[in-house]
Amino acid sequence: MITFNNERQMTTLKQKKVLAVASGGGHWVQLLRLRPAYSHHDVTFMTTNAAYAKDVDAPLVTVTDANIWNKLGLLRMFSEVFMHLLRIRPDIVITTGAAPGFAAVVLSRLFGARTIWVDSIANSEELSNSGKQAGRVAHVWLTQWEHLAKPDGPQFWGAVL
Amino acid sequence: MIFVTVGTQLAFDRLIEAVDSWAGKHPGETVFAQIGPGQYKPKNCTFADFVPPDKANDLIRTADLIISHAGMGSILTALKYQKPILVLPRKASLGEHRNEHQLATAKWLGQKPGVFVADEAHDIATILGSRSQLKSGDGISEYAQPAFTDRLKDCIDVA
Repeated sequence: MITFNNERQMTTLKQKKVLAVASGGGHWVQLLRLRPAYSHHDVTFMTTNAAYAKDVDAPLVTVTDANIWNKLGLLRMFSEVFMHLLRIRPDIVITTGAAPGFAAVVLSRLFGARTIWVDSIANSEELSNSGKQAGRVAHVWLTQWEHLAKPDGPQFWGAVL
Repeated sequence: MIFVTVGTQLAFDRLIEAVDSWAGKHPGETVFAQIGPGQYKPKNCTFADFVPPDKANDLIRTADLIISHAGMGSILTALKYQKPILVLPRKASLGEHRNEHQLATAKWLGQKPGVFVADEAHDIATILGSRSQLKSGDGISEYAQPAFTDRLKDCIDVA
């Protein structure tokens, strides 16, 4: 028989629904490098290219790739993210950006998910635009550069490299 | 084989033109270029606008040298497969990206063994002139720093 000597240990053994979000290229590569943090849970990946399914052995959903210069695309992407959230109902959302991760962090607050923003390591001089905005909504708001951390956030916990 | 890549989003004609021009003077070299939504079509390299991610990984694995923009995806993948990579940072001042973060990335990662930086397009030919010195580093681990993923894991597990 397994016994638990405290409540926290019991909690840690319970699988969570994790939604791991990144747009393509470097954002996706960084999300995969963080897998030891979340892969033991019930993970769904959300990205912008269905071909990334070959990189992971978990369900993967896609949304339109859009950025701040494409308002119509953004609107479409936000609604796609919303529909996926409605179905998946994640306990946790973790993202390395960019726009789809921002949409997931903002919208999943409506469903009570805990949200983690990891700003891309490429932003070594200042946070990305979406990263700055994410600070207002994400529960955990991280930069991968110690010199960009501030008392009110973002925090620095480490880097993917 | 040299694999040239501009990444998953934006065109980067300045890089493609520079490598294509070099390839024209070195007909013995096999160069495959992924050019994105660029206007400039290479004359001396085989090319595709985009390649699927698994094909891009295969190309990086089989290439002797990677030439790319200073994007994290290309650099992290080259480091993972222990391939030397020569990067030309995109400049927002030339309309090649939304901000100048690639200049900072190139400056930072250019200090790593196996990562070489061309500050300007014309530096590419110069650097390729001493190609035997473009050797890979020791590679990188599969995952992020354990201290980082452990802390994220704790945060997720107790949420």
